[in-house]
Amino acid sequence: MPILEAKDLTYTYSIGSPFEKTAIDHINLQIEEGEFVGVIGHTGSGKSTLMQMMNGLIEPTSGQILLDGADIWDKKTDRRKVRFQVGLVFQYPEYQLFEETVYQDIAFGPKNMKLSEAEIDRRVRETAEAVGLTEEHLKKAPYALSGGQKRRAAIAGVMAMEPKVLILDEPTAGLDPKGRTKILTQLQAYHKRTGCTILLVSHSMEDVARYASKLLVLSQAKVVCYDTPSGVFAQSQSLEGMGLALPQITRIFNGLAEKGIRFDDEVYTVKYGAELLKARLEGRNPEC
Amino acid sequence: MLNDITLGQYFPMKSVVHRMDARFKIVITLLYLVMLFWGQHIWSLVAGLLFTIVATLCSKIPPKMILKSIKPIVPILIFTGLLNLLMLDGGEVYWHWHFLKITEEGVQTSVFMIVRICLLIAGTSLLTYTTSPIVLTDAIESLLSPLKKLKMPVHELAMMMTIALRFIPTLIEETSKIMAAQKARGADLESGSLVQRAQALVPILIPLFVSAFRRAEELALAMECRCYHGGEGRTRLRKLQSGLRDYVALALMLLLFAAVIVLNTMTK
Repeated sequence: MPILEAKDLTYTYSIGSPFEKTAIDHINLQIEEGEFVGVIGHTGSGKSTLMQMMNGLIEPTSGQILLDGADIWDKKTDRRKVRFQVGLVFQYPEYQLFEETVYQDIAFGPKNMKLSEAEIDRRVRETAEAVGLTEEHLKKAPYALSGGQKRRAAIAGVMAMEPKVLILDEPTAGLDPKGRTKILTQLQAYHKRTGCTILLVSHSMEDVARYASKLLVLSQAKVVCYDTPSGVFAQSQSLEGMGLALPQITRIFNGLAEKGIRFDDEVYTVKYGAELLKARLEGRNPEC
Repeated sequence: MLNDITLGQYFPMKSVVHRMDARFKIVITLLYLVMLFWGQHIWSLVAGLLFTIVATLCSKIPPKMILKSIKPIVPILIFTGLLNLLMLDGGEVYWHWHFLKITEEGVQTSVFMIVRICLLIAGTSLLTYTTSPIVLTDAIESLLSPLKKLKMPVHELAMMMTIALRFIPTLIEETSKIMAAQKARGADLESGSLVQRAQALVPILIPLFVSAFRRAEELALAMECRCYHGGEGRTRLRKLQSGLRDYVALALMLLLFAAVIVLNTMTK
């Protein structure tokens, strides 16, 4: 059974006003447990709305969201419990920090879950470590941290609820390349360690290609495809039609292919591309 | 929930009233208000009503919108109406019970009050429906500019008003974002006792204040970078311009005003 499922999901903003707009248009989707899903799409494709619907912040106009097979908008379902199971990290989450210390801020979610003091303490320390914050940082006021540290503290605040599904809406927006890599590798390690399901919304093809096991492509309020990265990147033409560029390395390899230097495999990470090129140059790959 | 708050209820349209000089609109509205409350004769009220209807038709604002603006004050209308109706003494007595009585004067005054308040709201709404808040503050600045001679910081006050108006939608949007983010972390905003609910606001208010200060600082820097140095010698992108229609409208209003004064003196 998929952990998250969207059935004929639709959401329309400001119904009946001149600003009426369908942000999600009859979406059907099944996300299996343990998957690392990269969510890509042009601005206004409905990514953020879909993510907020996944944890019950926005009520669908029609259709259903099923978490473990149960409709989250069922009368009997407690939406707050849903939000503890589907953690959502918003864009620029550092602006929601409010407690006196980083420790207390990370503890806000677990406290709302009414966990024991000892359990809260364990979770705060564990997640702080997972995002690379030290004991020193935990004692500081959130505003005393650097931009990247604040971002990671805010992400830890959601991770500390130990959700089954962790959704991150552009967690690397506005960070320098170093900060981006740091957050994404920590996320990858967290995914490996906990085995939770992750949905990562991103503008960067490079990022999702490198970390995601599945890609969800949205365009104009609809799901265009939900497939493995190689499956998605194989349709480079239609992607570019939607204003989405392939990863740079894939474009380089496509360019090489046009010049007659072909490789059997689709390349979408720099690491793999480098390996292939090295092998070719050393003459270990004589076909072509 | 936060989308329902309409601050600065400007209703963009292309009409004569929209194109009028905002300064004239303010002056006319002020005269209109004085006229409403000065006029004692029934014909003064009729004149006010006619003026409102004609102005609304000229503005192309749907009459439904004007009625909508009166809706929130219906309780006040009922209250003042009843108070005047039951408490005032004078003229013929129609009905009597203990200290409550309905008299000729009571009926007259309560009807006058209700019509006056309705027209007051309708007229002032028309001003805000047809004039964008920014233009409105420009016009206020221009009208108050003689006070500069008395060392009143007119430009600074107008600038503060403009900035405040500009940032209201931004802050509303910010608030709903922070609310959603805290809800995602399990914040409970909808249930609990009054004290608990007040406490639940802390995680929203603190980030909101912090961001408001941050924005203020950024805005101040951005203004300095563009060499803002106050109102001295500053020119405008949108100049307030008065034309024939403004003078015609003002003349009409003054005529009505004069008529009301004449009616008042005649009834005395």
